[in-house]
Amino acid sequence: MPPSSVHRIRFGFTALAWLAGLMLFLPILWTVITSFKTEADAVASPPLILDFTWTTENYREVQQRSDYPLHFANSVIISLGSTALGLLIAIPAAWAMAFSPTSRTRNLLMWMLSTKMLPSVGVLIPIYLGFRKLGLLDTRIGLVGVLMLVNLPIIVWMLYAYFKEIPRDILEAARMDGASLWNEILHVLLPVAVPGIASTLLLNVILAWNESFWTLNLTAAGAAPLTAFIASYSSPEGLFYAKLSAASTMAIAPILVLGWFSQKQLVRGLTFGAVK
Amino acid sequence: MNGVTRRTRLAARLMVAPSVLLLLGWSILPLSLTIYFSFLDYNLLSPGTEHWIGWLNYHYFLTDPGFFDALLNTLLLVGGVLLITTTGGIALALLLDQPIWGRGIVRLLVIAPFFVMPTVSALVWKNMLMHPVNGMFSHAAQYLGLQPFDFLGSAPLLSIILIVAWQWLPFAVLILLTALQSLDSEQLQAAEMDGAGRLARFYHIILPHLARAITIVVLLQTIFLLSVFAEILVTTNGGPGTATTNVAYLVYIQSLLQFDVGSGSAGGLVAVVLANLVAIVLMRMIGKNLET
Amino acid sequence: MRFRRTSFALGALCVMLGALPAASVAETLTIATVNNGDMIRMQRLAGDFTAKNPGIELKWVILEENVLRQRVTTDIATKGGQYDILTIGTYEVPIWGKNGWLVPMDDLPASYDAGDLLPPIRSSLTVNGKLYASPFYGESSMVMYRTDLLKKAGLSMPAAPTWDFVAKAARAMTDRTNGIHGICLRGKAGWGENMALLTATANSFGARWFDMKWRPQFDSPAWKQALEFYLGLMKDAGPPGATSNGFNENLALFQQGRCGMWIDATVAAGFVTDPNASKVHGQVGFALAPDAGKGKRSNWLWAWSLAIPAGSQKVNSARKFIAWSTSRSYQELVAAKEGWNSVPPGTRKSLYANPSYMKLPFAAITLQSINSVDPDHPTVDPVPYVGVQFVAIPEFQGVATTIGQQFAAALSGSISAGQALSNAQAIAERTIRKAGYH
Repeated sequence: MPPSSVHRIRFGFTALAWLAGLMLFLPILWTVITSFKTEADAVASPPLILDFTWTTENYREVQQRSDYPLHFANSVIISLGSTALGLLIAIPAAWAMAFSPTSRTRNLLMWMLSTKMLPSVGVLIPIYLGFRKLGLLDTRIGLVGVLMLVNLPIIVWMLYAYFKEIPRDILEAARMDGASLWNEILHVLLPVAVPGIASTLLLNVILAWNESFWTLNLTAAGAAPLTAFIASYSSPEGLFYAKLSAASTMAIAPILVLGWFSQKQLVRGLTFGAVK
Repeated sequence: MNGVTRRTRLAARLMVAPSVLLLLGWSILPLSLTIYFSFLDYNLLSPGTEHWIGWLNYHYFLTDPGFFDALLNTLLLVGGVLLITTTGGIALALLLDQPIWGRGIVRLLVIAPFFVMPTVSALVWKNMLMHPVNGMFSHAAQYLGLQPFDFLGSAPLLSIILIVAWQWLPFAVLILLTALQSLDSEQLQAAEMDGAGRLARFYHIILPHLARAITIVVLLQTIFLLSVFAEILVTTNGGPGTATTNVAYLVYIQSLLQFDVGSGSAGGLVAVVLANLVAIVLMRMIGKNLET
Repeated sequence: MRFRRTSFALGALCVMLGALPAASVAETLTIATVNNGDMIRMQRLAGDFTAKNPGIELKWVILEENVLRQRVTTDIATKGGQYDILTIGTYEVPIWGKNGWLVPMDDLPASYDAGDLLPPIRSSLTVNGKLYASPFYGESSMVMYRTDLLKKAGLSMPAAPTWDFVAKAARAMTDRTNGIHGICLRGKAGWGENMALLTATANSFGARWFDMKWRPQFDSPAWKQALEFYLGLMKDAGPPGATSNGFNENLALFQQGRCGMWIDATVAAGFVTDPNASKVHGQVGFALAPDAGKGKRSNWLWAWSLAIPAGSQKVNSARKFIAWSTSRSYQELVAAKEGWNSVPPGTRKSLYANPSYMKLPFAAITLQSINSVDPDHPTVDPVPYVGVQFVAIPEFQGVATTIGQQFAAALSGSISAGQALSNAQAIAERTIRKAGYH
């Protein structure tokens, strides 16, 4: 193909992709912009797009009123903790199901998913009572446990899907070379599964980061993560949109950073060509 | 060879054991308590008056005048969001797989909606975008000389579907994109040289390769979408009428508004039955894609 | 150089030691509260309390009203013990007081002066003669209207208008081509949203939720009249998209100058007269919530109050905090630091006897509105329940939200008023039967 038409196609795709990206990002962009408005400007009609007095008063007030560092630390501990724990338990399970499947594997997977079928609202009271008995209310450990259990089926499923993508020849080659099970997983499987594990990690950290039902109901002042921080700015009787936007921006920013840095892992192609 | 197989199988079972045991413990305890509560007349605000009433809670929940609407709305919500996110997800994944400038940034932009807390994004959509007087959409419409549309009043379920689809599109894109990247480009190039057009290449090579990933996206999203209720709570509170009430919202009204643990538990179990039925149907349709 | 490094190290050590938990002289109070402006101000000024009470440390859990209610109810019903001070409203106190879940407000210091509390507020927080929660702020509802638009329509607002007048004024002020809607009212479904307004409105039309035998009354002519009046008024003079409009949305509309009138909580007065927030701050007038000549006006009553869960180990410290935050001296503190219009309104007679406070344009009308309500006898005909814009039974939140959905559907036009009412009747009957009230 002549280079000019390759360029034209590339330009076309780029334009389309950027359009789609910006359209999807628009509500978030709007939230960030609103976080720099005064409360009055935030509800102005017609809406002010860029032409208003930019102010950082919302961020200042949010910082003063709530303990962002505490909530942030809690969110990090709870999301990363529950996801890491989940990965630790799920990687062997997904490996086993992907590479040594039995007739029961599909049923097992479906059963795991079915543990998420009971709506959390219906099961709050038994869990709350249990937590109270175990002294786990308002503890980070308790939340790490709950969120790990809530997301475990998702982690297992996603890892299963990615492991299934890996051609068996790689593993057979390693097995032929006499590698032990542990070596097989550590030195052969994991490197090749990094994009899959990375995207599983990212998605589940986000799921845990934004999980608002358990994090709001099982915490008080000690272990409350950023979801409680945001919930304190949303009110049915008072216009706090600007502050809510500021609080949300402060809650999304770390995740955006995490997402940006995990790009490389997500991008890295599987190097199957090397085997062949 | 036999010893290896047996050892491998034992090893496999041991590796699956921790997750199975943990999930078993996590699901059995609340489930059995929920089943027990569902047969009691147990209101949290009237302590000490619990007593056995058999199937009455189920009868009450199932004869709720809004129940059939809730059932229908649940299925419409799940179906609508799945449709948008699957087709949109494939399209965006294909787009993002192309060599484009600033791919990293665009990828982040596309995935960003998933980062926002559901209640916040629902509020943003409701008040800043969809509101017929104050929202951006209505101002855009007026600028173009059209009448502003009352999204949440006139097309409430569709509006909720749009909001939820926006939130879940990144999930689908991410999974499909990662799956797309394991596609062998040699196959595609060979087909191109054989004269296959873009559409044919998509239909015969790309789509089958994505089959498993699509199945995963559909199944995982379905589980989440069946219990959507935070977005509904913040925007329409299930109204107008029962237009945006789904089964999860009915359970919410029972257990966390009325604090009627009895009928809330019964409702939860009804939701489980519904979810199982949906899962069985889905598995029958696309389950074979899970294993090659 | 070495000296600096050593002192640096010493300094760091001191900081680290200081960060270690103090040798348990401090008792920690966990306070669960709503994220309203007044509560947030209380948090901000709490330094005054901790300065006067060095042995007490305060931890705050601030959430929006519905989440808070859910959290706190779950906790107190399961005896979770997560909170030492709860912020609850006039809906919870009758129910929880009866269940014995709250510690009565006895043994408060004399400076608390319970006799200073406004009588309707006090009685709404009293069960069997005992005060179970201390009111932090109180509100009723009233009419807020645009003085300029009303003058342009050639009308003038009486101090105590009737519904007929309000309807006439709304229709006269409506100017759709200029984006002005004669009246903005709540339409969003929810027990604390549209049903608060509709219940109070229905009261003024002579309707009630239940008769003395707990039979739902949605099939009564009074309810029909009330609902049809509301729907007709909203159709002719209300803004589009009303079914999504709760307090916040209407506040935004009014502040932007889109509403001729707004009937809602008295606390809104502070917002609509705020020059920093409201485009129409200089043109707002106030009047009592309307009536239909049946003897009850359509204003409601609500008070956010602080309470102590029964079984708490920290009753003494909790009482100290509650006494501090709901006393006259607290109100004076707020006035000194932030001005009289930031003082939490609607709880004490002494506030309304203060001439500096009465200078505020909404002070008199707020007092009048609160004093004109009787939470124990909210309706024209007798009822077996308490509560003006709600019914203080545990089932109310759920049944009222469901009925609120029906009325929202009627507002959006998908069902008729008659259908909405018969649906409401069926829903209420179901609930009452299951709950066993008869």
